[in-house]
Amino acid sequence: MIKKNWMYWLFFLALFLAPFYLTEFRLSLLGKFLCFAMIAIGISLIWGYTGILSLGHGVYFGLGAYCMAMYLKLEASGGRLPDFMEWSGVNQLPWFWKLFEHPIISISFAIIVPVLLAMFLSYFTFRNRIKGVYFSLLSQAIVVVFVTLFIGKQEWTGGTNGLTNFSTVFGFSLSSPLTQIVLYLLTVVLLLSMFLFSRGLTRNRFGRVLVAIRDSENRVRFLGFNPTTYKVFVYSLSAAFAGIAGAMFVLQVGLISPAMMGIIPSIEMVLWVAVGGRSSLIGAIIGAIVTNGAKSFFSENYPDIWLLFLGGLFIAVVLFLPNGLTGVYQSVRQRKKQGEVRANEASSHVLQRVSRF
Amino acid sequence: MSVFVTQLFNGLSLGSIMLFIAIGLAITFGLMGVINMAHGELIMVGAYATYVVQQFFAQYAPQSMDYYYIIAIPVSFFVSALLGLGLEKSLIRHLYHRPLDSLLATWGVSLILQQMARTIFGAPNVAVLPPEWLDGGVHVAGMVFPYKRLFILAFVAVSIFALYMYLNKTAAGRRIRAVTLNRDMAACLGISTQKVDAYAFAIGSGFAGLAGCALTLLGPIGPTIGTYYIVDAFMVVILGGVGKLIGTVLGAFGIGLIGTLTEYSTSATMAKVITFALIIVFLQWKPSGLVSMKTRSLD
Repeated sequence: MIKKNWMYWLFFLALFLAPFYLTEFRLSLLGKFLCFAMIAIGISLIWGYTGILSLGHGVYFGLGAYCMAMYLKLEASGGRLPDFMEWSGVNQLPWFWKLFEHPIISISFAIIVPVLLAMFLSYFTFRNRIKGVYFSLLSQAIVVVFVTLFIGKQEWTGGTNGLTNFSTVFGFSLSSPLTQIVLYLLTVVLLLSMFLFSRGLTRNRFGRVLVAIRDSENRVRFLGFNPTTYKVFVYSLSAAFAGIAGAMFVLQVGLISPAMMGIIPSIEMVLWVAVGGRSSLIGAIIGAIVTNGAKSFFSENYPDIWLLFLGGLFIAVVLFLPNGLTGVYQSVRQRKKQGEVRANEASSHVLQRVSRF
Repeated sequence: MSVFVTQLFNGLSLGSIMLFIAIGLAITFGLMGVINMAHGELIMVGAYATYVVQQFFAQYAPQSMDYYYIIAIPVSFFVSALLGLGLEKSLIRHLYHRPLDSLLATWGVSLILQQMARTIFGAPNVAVLPPEWLDGGVHVAGMVFPYKRLFILAFVAVSIFALYMYLNKTAAGRRIRAVTLNRDMAACLGISTQKVDAYAFAIGSGFAGLAGCALTLLGPIGPTIGTYYIVDAFMVVILGGVGKLIGTVLGAFGIGLIGTLTEYSTSATMAKVITFALIIVFLQWKPSGLVSMKTRSLD
């Protein structure tokens, strides 16, 4: 087991040791990418394993992020009204903001709120057997609804600017390097546990039912399983991952706005998984890191070309790499293996001939 | 009373625009099963084509500026249709049985088209001046019906009628319907399904171009104009039901009316939220939309 998967462990070890060899700036960038990798694991579970393409994960990410950000905002305001509320003419803290004065409630809400929304949405759509493309487009509509709401209710959410200007978390300064390193390590731990949990899930019977749903949902139904339960569970699980990712993202980046949960980010999330390989969990993580690394490189150096590059990447991955980077790796390894087998056969053939003489 | 009539008119007007942006999708998505996320960008191409025609007239024939719009209508149709044809031949062709993949690939196309528009025309919005004969409006009993909105209503009605006649009365249109209903059997009867797919996609794209041309009457246009409309357009097609034009018509006017009526009693933000929520609730009751093709197939 350990011998076979030494590459995974090496990968995570490299992530754990990153604070020793990366600059502060690069480390915070990597921390951000690892948050995205958490979402990617969830999307790989629902898309790669179960065959449900969700274009709505920006919302779950955003809800998790806003729950955390509301707490940070209240802590930064130090008992007074948050600044944007004063500007919008609100004199009293709305009742639901009061809940977020407590850190434990905020953190648990960062998971509960996305999960509840995902359960609600997916139960009703999957129960009515709305699936495939229809589900994708409906989940996209949810994104539009939430982005419109968050921008429109400026007095409660900060509008297009979102929530920003945080100072401390649990009394620790967010700008201090030590806090950032601790938060980074926490992100790696969370990512590793999500990865291990998802891997365990996909390797037992549960995972095989998911794959069966992807390949032929009706047959699964005829065999006596209820696909709705499985789909709702795995969809809500991925929403929980996205919510946690959102909370960790806010802690490390210090900003959340509706633009980060809109249609474009939601579709980009799918692209990360497609690039890495949709039915590979480690591929999803690598895809998120590679794509976002390329994004920050290109958008820093060639801001005009970035969209062309991203668009070309979508087309190229779909047409030429349906299994993403891990698919390439696997087919290369397979070809090498086949080559070895052929070589062995050839040599044994020669030996046989030789022995005949 | 007059308030009610005005709201009704606004609803019809919004509905006609929704119908225009969705009708091309009804062909490519409804008939062919391709999720074309670049549809919004084809609308943008049609809008910019109108802008280019206008600039051309302003430069070389300022005395006949009044009539540039008449030329712009076919130009925007053909520019978008040609682009659509090229898209089908190069990309969509490979993705007919992979709808979710077609979604991702065409999203890539839409990003590229957006960036190209930004490079050619600049990031800020450009204004297209509507022809002068569309200024003003009809005054009836204290209410004003702007000519622009009336023109769009007529424009949509004529286009839908033309599409209906094409699909039902011409041989080429019947071939498209035959392929929609049963691709394999149509192929057995000697219809070149590849050709039909290409033409159907081009026509759907051409209608996106017409929609773009109509949108220039309502406001300035920019590289991201397509993303504003794409989700609405898909909602119209899903609500209407896939595969029947009449469903798309009903869906568009339904969303238009709900939108304006809720906007009257709440705000624009809440109107959008309520409209989408109602669509999702409605789909719980009728998952295949208002009008759908009867089928006995399982998947």
